This record gives sequence, C-alpha cells and structure tokens, in this order.
Amino acid sequence: MINAILVFNNHGKPRLVRFYQHLAEEVQQQIVREVFHLVLKRDDHICNFLECGSLFGGSDYKLIYRHYATLYFVFCVDSSESELGILDLIQVFVETLDKCFENVCELDLIFHMDKVHHILQEMVIGGMVLETNMNEIVAQVEAQSKLEKAEGGLSAAPSRAVSAVKNINLPEIPRNINIGDINIKVPNLSQFM
Amino acid sequence: MPAVSKGDGMRGLAVFISDIRNCKSKEAEIKRINKELANIRSKFKGDKALDGYSKKKYVCKLLFIFLLGHDIDFGHMEAVNLLSSNRYTEKQIGYLFISVLVNSNSELIRLINNAIKNDLASRNPTFMGLALHCIANVGSREMAEAFAGEIPKILVAGDTMDSVKQSAALCLLRLYRTSPDLVPMGDWTSRVVHLLNDQHLGVVTAATSLITTLAQKNPEEFKTSVSLAVSRLSRIVTSASTDLQDYTYYFVPAPWLSVKLLRLLQCYPPPEDPAVRGRLTECLETILNKAQEPPKSKKVQHSNAKNAVLFEAISLIIHHDSEPNLLVRACNQLGQFLQHRETNLRYLALESMCTLASSEFSHEAVKTHIETVINALKTERDVSVRQRAVDLLYAMCDRSNAQQIVAEMLNYLETADYSIREEIVLKVAILAEKYAVDYTWYVDTILNLIRIAGDYVSEEVWYRVIQIVINRDDVQGYAAKTVFEALQAPACHENLVKVGGYILGEFGNLIAGDPRSSPLIQFNLLHSKFHLCSVPTRALLLSTYIKFVNLFPEIKTTIQDVLRSDSQLKNADVELQQRAVEYLRLSTIASTDILATVLEEMPPFPERESSILAKLKKKKGPGTVTDLEEIKKERSSDMNGSAEPASVNASAVSTPSPSADLLGLGAAPLTNSAPPPSSSGSLLVDVFSDSASAVAPLAPGSDDNFARFVCKNNGVLFENQLLQIGLKSEFRQNLGRMFIFYGNKTSTQFLTFTPTVICSDDLQSSLNLQTKPVDPTVDGGAQVQQVVNIECVSDFMEAPILNIQFRYGGTFQNLSVKLPITLNKFFQPTEMSSQDFFQRWKQLSNPKQEVQNIFKAKHPMDAEITKAKIIGFGSALLEEVDPNPANFVGAGIIHTKTTQIGCLLRLEPNLQAQMYRLTLRTSKEAVSQRLCELLSEQF
Repeated sequence: MINAILVFNNHGKPRLVRFYQHLAEEVQQQIVREVFHLVLKRDDHICNFLECGSLFGGSDYKLIYRHYATLYFVFCVDSSESELGILDLIQVFVETLDKCFENVCELDLIFHMDKVHHILQEMVIGGMVLETNMNEIVAQVEAQSKLEKAEGGLSAAPSRAVSAVKNINLPEIPRNINIGDINIKVPNLSQFM
Repeated sequence: MPAVSKGDGMRGLAVFISDIRNCKSKEAEIKRINKELANIRSKFKGDKALDGYSKKKYVCKLLFIFLLGHDIDFGHMEAVNLLSSNRYTEKQIGYLFISVLVNSNSELIRLINNAIKNDLASRNPTFMGLALHCIANVGSREMAEAFAGEIPKILVAGDTMDSVKQSAALCLLRLYRTSPDLVPMGDWTSRVVHLLNDQHLGVVTAATSLITTLAQKNPEEFKTSVSLAVSRLSRIVTSASTDLQDYTYYFVPAPWLSVKLLRLLQCYPPPEDPAVRGRLTECLETILNKAQEPPKSKKVQHSNAKNAVLFEAISLIIHHDSEPNLLVRACNQLGQFLQHRETNLRYLALESMCTLASSEFSHEAVKTHIETVINALKTERDVSVRQRAVDLLYAMCDRSNAQQIVAEMLNYLETADYSIREEIVLKVAILAEKYAVDYTWYVDTILNLIRIAGDYVSEEVWYRVIQIVINRDDVQGYAAKTVFEALQAPACHENLVKVGGYILGEFGNLIAGDPRSSPLIQFNLLHSKFHLCSVPTRALLLSTYIKFVNLFPEIKTTIQDVLRSDSQLKNADVELQQRAVEYLRLSTIASTDILATVLEEMPPFPERESSILAKLKKKKGPGTVTDLEEIKKERSSDMNGSAEPASVNASAVSTPSPSADLLGLGAAPLTNSAPPPSSSGSLLVDVFSDSASAVAPLAPGSDDNFARFVCKNNGVLFENQLLQIGLKSEFRQNLGRMFIFYGNKTSTQFLTFTPTVICSDDLQSSLNLQTKPVDPTVDGGAQVQQVVNIECVSDFMEAPILNIQFRYGGTFQNLSVKLPITLNKFFQPTEMSSQDFFQRWKQLSNPKQEVQNIFKAKHPMDAEITKAKIIGFGSALLEEVDPNPANFVGAGIIHTKTTQIGCLLRLEPNLQAQMYRLTLRTSKEAVSQRLCELLSEQF
C-alpha cells in the first residue's frame, strides 16, 4: 500500500501532499520535513530507495523517490509494493502530468493544485493503484475537462475567472521540469499497465 | 491539446497564490494567510449566499493554505454542501477537500455518507467514481458500516462500467483493510475471482490487488484464483509485446499486472494440479530467459519494468522453495545484478538474495557471492545498499565462513554509519556466538566489538558474553587473561570494565599464578578505573572486590581499606553506600567457610535463546530475522525453556544463599524499574532467563483491586511502571464478556507478550472461559485488547487467575492477578413486595441455607454508598421491605447453566458499634457462603 505521496521542490516547499493514512496535521508536516531532509542529502545517482526508519511507525516502510529538475517525487510504501514498479509509477505520473499540462513545470503544480489532485486521483485511490495505463488516465482527465467546460459555458461564472495565471506578474519562474528522456512528441506513447 | 487548459483557472486563487509567493518573509506569509483565512471565514459566515464558483474558489484556497502547513479548522461544512451540488466541478472539489482534510467529526461523516449514498445510487458513472474514490480515501469505520454491504454488489453487477468496477474493487479493499469485520464474505467472492478473466486489464489489476489481500486472510475461499492467475500470467508473459497494445510499457507487456499476479501467487503454496504447476514453471522460466535477452530499448524505463517482473518472479520462486533448478537460476540471476551498474538493481539483488540464503537448496549458491558482497560493503556509496550487504552477509553466514564474515563486519564497523552500528554489533555478537567452534575466538570477537564500538554494545551483548564464559569451563582462564590484558589499555570502554570486573571477580584466581597478574595487580587495575565509571558499574566493581576477598585472602586488608574509605562508606548514592557497608561488614565478621559459601562461583546459566537475538528481532521487527537454522534453534530452545525453567526459578527464588545475586547486576536501570514480584531477589538470573513458565505469585495489592471489582464491572485492575490492565465487562444471565486492555506504559516494545487465563481444576468444571490469543508484541505506548467469553456452568468459589508473561528490554516479566469473575456477576435482580420477601425468607429457613456474618465496618457507613454497592453487587435493592428503615434488603437470582438459585440478603448496620450483620439465604449452601464472603468485603 502507498502511505503517502509527497512532491516538494529543491528547497523543501511542498507542492503536493497526499496521505492515505490518517495522521494529525502536525505529524504530516513533520513527515514532509523529515522526508525532505532524508532525500535532500542523497546524491542523484545512488539508489532510489531508502528506508525511512520509524517515520510511519513501523520498519516495514520505504521511500521510493525520483528527482526531476526542481522537484522531488516521493512515494512512501510498505513492503507489499514492488520497488521498481513504484519507480515506474512515478514516471507514469510525471509523464501524465506532462501530457495534461503540456510541458509541465513547477508552476503548474502550484497554480493547478486541484487538477494535479484530480489526475493523481485517476491513478491512486486510498493508497492503491487504480490505473497505470496512461491513455486511460489521460482520457479520464480529458473527460473531466470536457464536463468542466460544458458547465463553465452554461454557468454564470464571472469572466474575470478566465485566463488568470498568464497575466500575473510572476517573479522567478522556475525552469521547466526535465522529465528525462521521454519524448512527448511521439504519438501513442506506450503505457505502463 | 492539453487535457487541462491553463486558462480557465480562478483568478482570485491565482492572485492569492502569487501574493504568497511574493512574500519576503515567513511573517509576511503568515500575515497574508491569516488575512485570507479571515476573509474566507467572513464569506462563509456572511448573509449572502455564495454561488458554487465562489465556494469552489475558497475551498481551493483553503487546500492551498493547508498544503503550506497551516491548520484548517473550518470550511468542512461548505465542502459537504458542495457534495450535493449537481455540477460536476463543484462536487469534485468538495470530494477533494473531504478526502484531503478528513475529519472524524461524526456529525459531518453522516452528511458525507448521505451525499455518497446519493451519488452511488445516481447510476452516473462519473459521480459513482467520485463517491467511490472518496470512500477509498477516507476509509473510516463509519463508511465501512454504511457501504461495506453495498460495494460488493456494484463490483459484481453485470452492468457496471469498467472504470467503476476498478474503483469499487479498490474501495472494497480499503474498507477490508480498515474494518475487516464489516466486510461480509459471500456469493460475491467467487464472482470476484472470475474478474481475473475480465477483458479490461485495468479491472483485472484492481481485482488482483483485492484478491491478494482477501486471500491472505481467507485462503480457502479464494483458492480458485491460483489457476486463473497462472493462466492470465501465462497469456501476458508469452504474448508478443505488441499483442497487448495499450498495456505494454516500454516494450514490456503489462508489467504492473504481472507483478500483482506474481504477488497473488505468493499467498499460496505451489499449485498441486500438475498442469497448472507446469504452466507456472514455464512462465517463470520464460521470465528468467527474457532477462538474458538483449534489451529492446536502452531506456531505463524498459529495464525497470522488465526487472520489476523478474524480481517478483524470483520472490515467488523463493517463496515456493521447491524447484532446485529455478532456485539456482534465480540465484545466478541475482549474482549478475550484484555487479550491475544500476544501484537500484544492486540494492534489490542484495535484498532478494537475503531471503534466498535461507533456502536449503540455494544456500550454497548464495555463498559463492561472498566476495562480491564484502566488496559491496567496502565500496558502495549508498548507506541503504551497504545496509543490505550487511543483512546478506548475516544471512549467508554459516560455520564455514563465520570467521571471515565476522572479521569483515568488525572491519566495517570502524567506519560504519552511526545509524546502523548498533544493529551490526548485535549481528556480530550473534554470529560469533552461534558459529564459535573455538570460544577463545568468541571472547576475542566480543572484546574487539566493545573496543571498536563500545557505545553501541547494548547490555544484552555483554550479559551474554558473561553468561557464556560462566557456562564454559574451557574458556574461563582465557577470558580472564584476555580481559586482564584489554583492561591495561589506558582508555577502555566502560562496558569492558563491566565485563572485566565480572570475569575477574569470578575467575581472577585462574591467572593469579602469573606474577604479572597477581591478585594485587588485578585489584589495582580494576580500581584505577573505578572513579571514571558510572554508578551501576561501580556497584558491580564493589561486588567484584568482595569476591576478591574470598578468592585472595592476602589482599583482604587492602580491599577493606578501600571499602572503609569515606568515599565508599559515605557515598551519596544509597546503593553504593549500602554495598560498601554490607561488604565491609561481611568481610569482617564472616569466617572463611561462610565467605566461601556466600561468595561461591556463579552456577551455570540454563541454555536458552540468546537475549541478543530477541533484541535484534525487536529492532528489526518480527519476521525480518530470517534464517532457517535460527528458527529451528529457537524452537528447540523454546522446548528447553519450558522443560527446565521451573527448577531454575525455584532455586533462584528460594535459595537463601545470596550467591545468586551478590554480583547481581541489580543496578542496571532497566531491570530495577520493573517489579516482578517473583524475582526481585535474583535480578541476574532474571536478566538471562526466559524462564518461569511457572506462574508468578499474585502481584501485591491484587486482592484489594479484586475486591473493588465485586461491585463494579469497569476500571483499572492492575498497574505498575510498565503495564496497565483495564477491564470492561458485561454479564447477562449465565453469560458474560470481559474486555481486558493491556496498556504498555513504556516507550519500548513488549515481546512475547502472553496473557493466559488460568482456572484451577475445580473451577474449570463450573466456569467456561474462552480467550483469543493476543499479538505477541505490544508497541511502546500501545494498548491491546483481549476478549474473554464467559459461561457460568454452575456455582463456583474461586476466581480465575490472569497470568501475564512478556519480555521488556532484556528482562522477563511475569505477573499474576486475580480476574474478578465472581459468582455475583450472574445475578439477575428481582423486585418483590415486602410480603413476598418475608414469605420466601421463611421458606429458606433450613439452617444450611442461611449464612450470617458479623463484621466491623472498613469504610465510613454511608447509606447511599451502601445502596449503590448492593445494586452493584447485582441484586435488587428492595425499599420499604424491612420494618427497620436503616436495614437493607436485596433479592435476586443467580443464573448458571444448570440451575437458577434464588437469593435473599439482609444487611443490618449498627452505627454505634460500627458493625454490620449480613445475612444471606439461598437455596444452596455453597452459594450463600460465597455471596456472603464476597459482599462482606465491601463494607
């Protein structure tokens, strides 16, 4: 089972925090901080797995993480999950984000937190993997967007809500996330299932 | 087109986020957030009804604030309102808020459940999906109560959409994990198994996860899944990668599903049906073969996916542990990975090999990789990988390579990361003991261990070395000589002083012949360390000195001078002072014969499981110390343990000779804090013993507590510094149920925690008790519960005994308390008129039916309290029955399985004399007797 999914940037600012185990808020914050410190001091080219001691109250848990440019994606899992499988799952998650946001960057995660949650929701629910087929995930997200659009068109949503981000004067826009060697232009990108 | 268009965000939200990001300081950020929280609060509270859009915007802001680590204590109600919106976007954000910020507020849970119920019934797959995701994410007990019956129906219904089926399967899995008792097994289970054949691989994946978890608890029920899983796996593995289209990930067909299927198969032994078994073997061989093929892609994702399946296949092969051919191939494959350039693969290979080492078929094959593993220990840059290498060395160790492995581990210890030192110390100590052919090697190893990593050598380790030296005549002289030499070092670790002090105190005479280690030199050497040591060590050294008085009469006066010095006799520490005074006195007045008897050499310790092993298990969690031999050894030592300990315990407790504990390590803080009543005089024996399957005598104060429970059902039965035992019980007619709560008050795990309810032979025939075993480990601060089902067959006198045994730190704890199951618990109160009462009273006039007791009041004579006690006792309190209003009368029926016994009671207080007269009349003499006894104790 996946106990938590954490995404934070190189400075430890959380960008996505999702716990699948009931923990008090202070404990959640504490875990995010400690995980960040554990992961930060590791070189980029060593093992992607590490034991996290009693962080989750048992010795059975591992952190499996990947580092993409400015962001760390960390999954905390118990021994019932395959380490390499989770590593691929992280990749699928990032590739999916990339597809949904077109060249995803840290800012997308900040300003579209709800969307990111919805995308994640199509992959993992209650700490269990729901879908690993990227086409399927993207199709679900697209269906959602369509529904939103349809409702948006009918609703009296104020027009000022439209196109918000781009016009705002933003300081220091982070670089795009480099998602390694995947090629997004390739149609019918293979999925992990 | 991107699936998420960036333009349609919420401007207010974006502005807020930008503001936060522009904040120059933490204070500014907090200020901005507080302003926003105030704004949102006022908007939510305001008179103006908010439209869905605004609600959504504010909820999003709250989520963002929560992400930044701030407490969100409102907005839940607004989120719940969004759930019942008909608009998808609003509903969606409502569900998101609920599942991120779950609140166990029961009022809200009911509302949330209501909304979920509506969405589940809506037959709109999108809404159903949202509702199911929410249940899976929250997974609370209330939700399980509401939906555990409903979800299996959705899961197996023919017309359910695939995506909903997927969600339903995982939803059910989550509920089963949180509240297994609420998920009913039934017809649906067989239909779930058939989902393994589903067209849609997403459904198969979700179903496999569900079945795996269910099968672990109900293997029989899901047995048919084995053949289905094998055939599914076979179709995936043998297909060309293009066959599965969408389900192929970087040229690997459905790796995630393959992994899950292989996990499912690990819930079962190898299939019995030869056809299925053959097909599975074929699959596993194919997977192993594919590993040797050249990669179809250079991308790391390709090799990851391929190896994920491979490692899982190897796990299954190890789990089955039945095909030598496959095991050896697996081992060779892992051997290749040990040298792979990918750190991840080296890590996983070390980890898998660890389990492989415990298989008898492949143990030898694993051993051939010893050099690679040792090399990994020396060269790996990553501590996680080095840790795995240590684990593997430990697992592959046997008599043939123990010396090499122990030496390498000792080497590594000098530079090892602090985080894993203690564990390595334990492992070295265990291996050295287990594979010692030559005990001089063992002694050297442990002393080295103390020299290199003294701070990480726990008490268990040095207790153990002493135990072994005491038990083995052949090593005692060598040990004395070695510790003597080791103590010569200018700076030596305190643990070495302890071991040295103990061993020289026992066996210093064996080396006293050598003028370089004459008695006086030995004494001076030890005493030179005395002032640098902590109190417990000094206490131990004082005991060594008195042992020296016996061993070496020639230095008696020197020792007496030391004991007599002010720094000893007037030491601020009570323990040290007492030892000095007593030892000085002992050495002065006792004759040589008496001294020799009192200070006799310690008797050998009974052989039993090493306390170090227990410690390692505690550290790593049960089940992680896997070694076949170890398990066998443990079993046999368990048998040893139960065969002999009674005598050990008896000798330790009853022997008046203080020799058993003179050198007692009594000052060790751990053992002192626990008051096991049976063994307070023999701490040393206790430290080393798993002993005492013998039931401890009743804990002090247990009787008082017992009496308190006669008139009440709930409360704390027993408490000391380690353990609290609470009770809750209910009784109806002749049946009852008692919940016993064991609370670990310490921060350390209790191990082998075994509570047992014991009934004497007499009691067994009249009282039926059924208990379920509890988990043998109780975490620090945790509470475990045990249920006792009670049936009263016939009336009874005694109470059952609750005996609790466990290990805390290195010490064995054993205590017993009376369990307050008393005859009066099966009382059913009976109301009756004055006339009826006296009529019955007269009917029970046979002298054997009446029991009377006149006794002095132990508590203030308060009428209200007395009334409460009589009611608590179980009988009805009959008002206006007795002509004297100061008297109390009661009536009731005792229910047993065989009979019912009517009981009448009368209590007459005499305030002046502070006395009571209690009269019981029942149809059975023994019952009158017992009830009278029980009730007399209450006033």
